[in-house]
Amino acid sequence: MGARRLLVLGGLALFLGGTILGNVFAVFILHPNADRIGQALVAATAAVRQHRAEDAGQNFAAIGGFLENRGTKVDAHAHMIGFGYLAMLLAILFPWIRLSESASRWLAALLITGGVVLPVGVFAIHYVGLAYSPLESIGWASIVADAAGLLAVIACAGFLVGLWRQWRAGEPPAADALLLDRSWAGRVLMAGGTLLILAGFLHGAWYAGMDLYAQEQQDQKLLATMADSAALDPGPGLVPERAGAALNAYGTLQADHAVKIAAHSHIIEFGLIALMAGFFQPFVFLGEAWKRRWAVVLLLGSVILPVAVLLELRFGLVAGGVADVGGVLVIAALTGMLTGVLRFTGCLDASADTLAAGGRA
Amino acid sequence: MKHSQQLLAIAGLALAVWGMSYGFYYAVWIEHQTLDHIGGSLAAAFQHAALRETAASHAGLADYARAKYVYTREVDAHSHWIGLAMVLMLLAALWNRLSFGETTRGLLAGALIAGAYGFPLGVLLQNHLGGGIGQGIAVGGSILLIIAFLAVAAGFARESAN
Repeated sequence: MGARRLLVLGGLALFLGGTILGNVFAVFILHPNADRIGQALVAATAAVRQHRAEDAGQNFAAIGGFLENRGTKVDAHAHMIGFGYLAMLLAILFPWIRLSESASRWLAALLITGGVVLPVGVFAIHYVGLAYSPLESIGWASIVADAAGLLAVIACAGFLVGLWRQWRAGEPPAADALLLDRSWAGRVLMAGGTLLILAGFLHGAWYAGMDLYAQEQQDQKLLATMADSAALDPGPGLVPERAGAALNAYGTLQADHAVKIAAHSHIIEFGLIALMAGFFQPFVFLGEAWKRRWAVVLLLGSVILPVAVLLELRFGLVAGGVADVGGVLVIAALTGMLTGVLRFTGCLDASADTLAAGGRA
Repeated sequence: MKHSQQLLAIAGLALAVWGMSYGFYYAVWIEHQTLDHIGGSLAAAFQHAALRETAASHAGLADYARAKYVYTREVDAHSHWIGLAMVLMLLAALWNRLSFGETTRGLLAGALIAGAYGFPLGVLLQNHLGGGIGQGIAVGGSILLIIAFLAVAAGFARESAN
């Protein structure tokens, strides 16, 4: 298999793996984990009320564990998708990278290996912990993940050298089918992807300007209200009224923060994948009708998921279910395209190799 | 391949390598300790509250808020550097479809590169130079990016119309 097709296949597989992991996480882990965090916070507030400092500390240790469970899964999901993007981007830029095919293949394999091992290592952090670790605060799973990250850095640095060599050579790169394709599916995916990224930029700017700083202040204020009220408010009950209201508001605040960040990152990620899928249409060995269908399905899912995520606070599980459907549409469209790439006979590899051999002679 | 296109591709991949290297350094030497600090200071704040030590509890919460503020910006800088690097690389591949002359393309590439490097840098500098200066750089970088991206979208639209 040529280096370029390895990058396309590895990249698409990583993106699919990351998206499936994200969907499974959202359906089975996210909400139960958030409930457990809420319960532990209530228990910590009650412990403050009853002067049980040690219990309060233990409840926060439990919250730390729940947050680590959530954080490592989100990181594994995001990094797997990120490495998938990088691999696909390098496949697109491949004609501009002046390296031998064998060196490119090694670097591609290094990047895909890092892209698989890093998320697996991050995923395992919560389960492996500090068992047998030689370090005080970093366990073996983290060490493996960090080493895999270093592999990916080395691979990208190698490709950067290739780009630099092409720049220095000053020769025009070989004509490339991926960069010349003007099919309907390709154009729709590129236009849709550009619009999605722009929407994500604007949403992120609005969030940073209007919400981020206010939410950070609110976070500290609500935690202070919980602690002060539980410690000082008179009256009966394990959780005083003011502390209870702060607990509820804190839960809403965390949910609001999470859905806005998720919508921002997902709309940009889907814009990127739509743009990249637009480039790869010549690699997708399917009939024109199926290429168009998968392009529309991908864009549909890319809009439905972030919009439904944003509506989760208002419409609850219904919106969550719709968001999951959006995720399934994206997965289905990418699986369809991946099938087309797997059916591809390799003629683009062959022509790219021939042109590259000519260009590098 | 035009000068601005090559510049965008190299700047994009270099930014990805930089963002990943920063992430590697951060994961190995800073992140675990920072997370321990955030969790520890919050737990300490509630433990002090349980002992009715209000001042110490408030100090713990302030410590928690500061550590979380710093952590958020460090992680955001890492993810935005890499995200924007990928946008630069993608745009480099699409650059030939832009309906502008090389001078305008060069200016747009410069604005995109400055925004992609500067915006996350501004986010990170909020931890070191104080909120105002860092925030100003981040806002400037993001405005530059949005304007350049709008111009690029217009360039693609003109090319499609032609």
